[in-house]
Amino acid sequence: MATREVISNGNELSALAAKDAGCRFFGGYPITPSSEVMHEMSDLMPEVGGVCIQMEDEIAGVAAAIGAGMAGVRTMTATSGPGISLKAENLGLAQMTEVPLVVVNVMRGGPSTGLPTRVSQGDVRQAKNPSHGDYRSITLCAGSLAECYTETVRAFNLADRFMQPVFVLLDETIGHMHGKAILPTEEEVAAGIVPRKSFDGAPEDYLPYECEADQPAVLNPMFKGYRYHFTGLHHDAKGFPTEEIETCRKLIQRLEDKVMMHTDELELNEEFMLDDMTGAEGEVLIIAYGSVSLAAKEAIRHLRAAGIKAGLFRPITLWPSPAESIKKYTDLIKNVLCVELNIRQYTEEIERVSGRLDLAGLYKVNGRPISPNEIVNKVKEVF
Amino acid sequence: MAFNYDKYLRLEKMPTLWCWGCGDGVILKAFVRAIDKLNINPDDVCVVSGIGCSGRFSSYVDFNTVHTTHGRTVAFATGIKLMNPDKYVICVAGDGDALAIGGNHTIHGCRRNIDITMIIINNFIYGLTNSQTSPTTPQGMWTVSQKSGNIDPTFNATDLAIAAGASFVARETMLDPKKLEKVFVKAIEHRGFAFLDIMSNCHINLGRKNKMASAMENLGWIDSITTPLKKWEALPEEEKLNIFPTGILKEDKIVREYCDMYQDVIDFHQGKRKTITQDDFAKKI
Repeated sequence: MATREVISNGNELSALAAKDAGCRFFGGYPITPSSEVMHEMSDLMPEVGGVCIQMEDEIAGVAAAIGAGMAGVRTMTATSGPGISLKAENLGLAQMTEVPLVVVNVMRGGPSTGLPTRVSQGDVRQAKNPSHGDYRSITLCAGSLAECYTETVRAFNLADRFMQPVFVLLDETIGHMHGKAILPTEEEVAAGIVPRKSFDGAPEDYLPYECEADQPAVLNPMFKGYRYHFTGLHHDAKGFPTEEIETCRKLIQRLEDKVMMHTDELELNEEFMLDDMTGAEGEVLIIAYGSVSLAAKEAIRHLRAAGIKAGLFRPITLWPSPAESIKKYTDLIKNVLCVELNIRQYTEEIERVSGRLDLAGLYKVNGRPISPNEIVNKVKEVF
Repeated sequence: MAFNYDKYLRLEKMPTLWCWGCGDGVILKAFVRAIDKLNINPDDVCVVSGIGCSGRFSSYVDFNTVHTTHGRTVAFATGIKLMNPDKYVICVAGDGDALAIGGNHTIHGCRRNIDITMIIINNFIYGLTNSQTSPTTPQGMWTVSQKSGNIDPTFNATDLAIAAGASFVARETMLDPKKLEKVFVKAIEHRGFAFLDIMSNCHINLGRKNKMASAMENLGWIDSITTPLKKWEALPEEEKLNIFPTGILKEDKIVREYCDMYQDVIDFHQGKRKTITQDDFAKKI
């Protein structure tokens, strides 16, 4: 893969990725610690003939972005937890109407206004179900500066593949972390773009929501002669409101199945120092994601130097969770430590998929990052 | 020759879910005639509606149509319009939709002066949810959420739009479909945010408990509270308070349109213009 070196921070790398992935619209609203994404987009979008608009509130920011998505362009919004709370209703509309959209959430301490300038992973559970009703969230979580870029690119391709919003979770630490990142070149990214499907038959034959039971809607761009209807109501093959029992059931089941029957296309993990694990007594499995995984890796180097065989399993796609991969390791290794900047938000998912209730945990919710030392000490304390 | 509406309607969606005698259908027909008069290709029109009786407007007209969340029409329309500055984007919203839950978006759509035509179907009540007070419900009237009479002061929608900066502001009623058609033509032709307060009846959910249980009685009341702008201006001050002027209340062709201004931003970032300064705008502070 052709690469380039860029010195930047996580938020700006996410914006750069959006531009390179073909995003041409950004709708946002100022909020710490994500504002730099909008600042950067306000330069990047007009440079390529796109639009970046600061709207009157978070709700309008996502609404304008969805509007652009309905019109047919790649589109994005960025915010932090309180912004997601406000955007939730329209995120539900995007799920229901199957409009692709990338939502970057640079997490800060919550609930409510919380700790605006400090780090947290408190929105992991929110990302799973930000809006009411049944649908499946696709949530990616960057664990390095380079991933702020690559996961944003991946989010755009997944949004068009699955025709729905895709979350990219950063956090205050990684969003504001400044350093060198090795990125794929622009050409490399451009070559990997898979645009959303469209229908090129006669307009009278076009049925945007008539698709296989496990496939997303095929939404043509607006103003191209295919006049159809978007609605947040339950709708039929043409997109018009209906209460017909079987049509309603099939629609919602399809929103579930279009994601859950294709989790293989979504799963992405990092397995760090796990290849020599045998299941022997004393081995330690750490499960962490996002910026916390950086501390976990450092801790593992220290633990190994001290003679404790430790390794990291890091989900990059958080939702849907990599259930089988997690179970593979939690079945093999007895000592499991979950490390999160929240209280058990992802641990509960690990418990669910592993069937184990004896997982150790290190949770921190005071707005400060977790240091490698804290992880080392926790491992020594509990195992 | 009678006007052929079929070309613009989704006939398979008829009849509408609107009640017998509802003004929404009259407004819809006038809108369709305006599009026809302007000879606009239906492929170039996007109608964005919100939630409420007016929310169903978008599903009946054969354009590119979007039925969005409650109050957010202008915000969605802004995204659609900015990516398609040469297309016609029309918002249709109710009084509760546009002035209560969506008030902020309405204000800022007006302020940006983006080229969107916003049609508010103002029936003075939340109709679809059965008679709750809306921002335009007259004080003293019965609503299901204020059964002893509404105490909330009544909103003058056009005053809001003028103050917020919409460059075209008009009020009409569904009593005169010809006038409606004309004002729709002018609003759609106007390059900038066109705000239309279209007063309509809801004899079912407003009228029944307020001594105007028939469409005709409800319309008679609308007639009694409206008068053309010229006549309104001649009224004594104390009478002006209780009468709404109709016609074009503001038309500003100097203030710049938002997509046009954003093109300047694109040109600046692409090196085609040097700066954007106060001199590029009509209003300088």
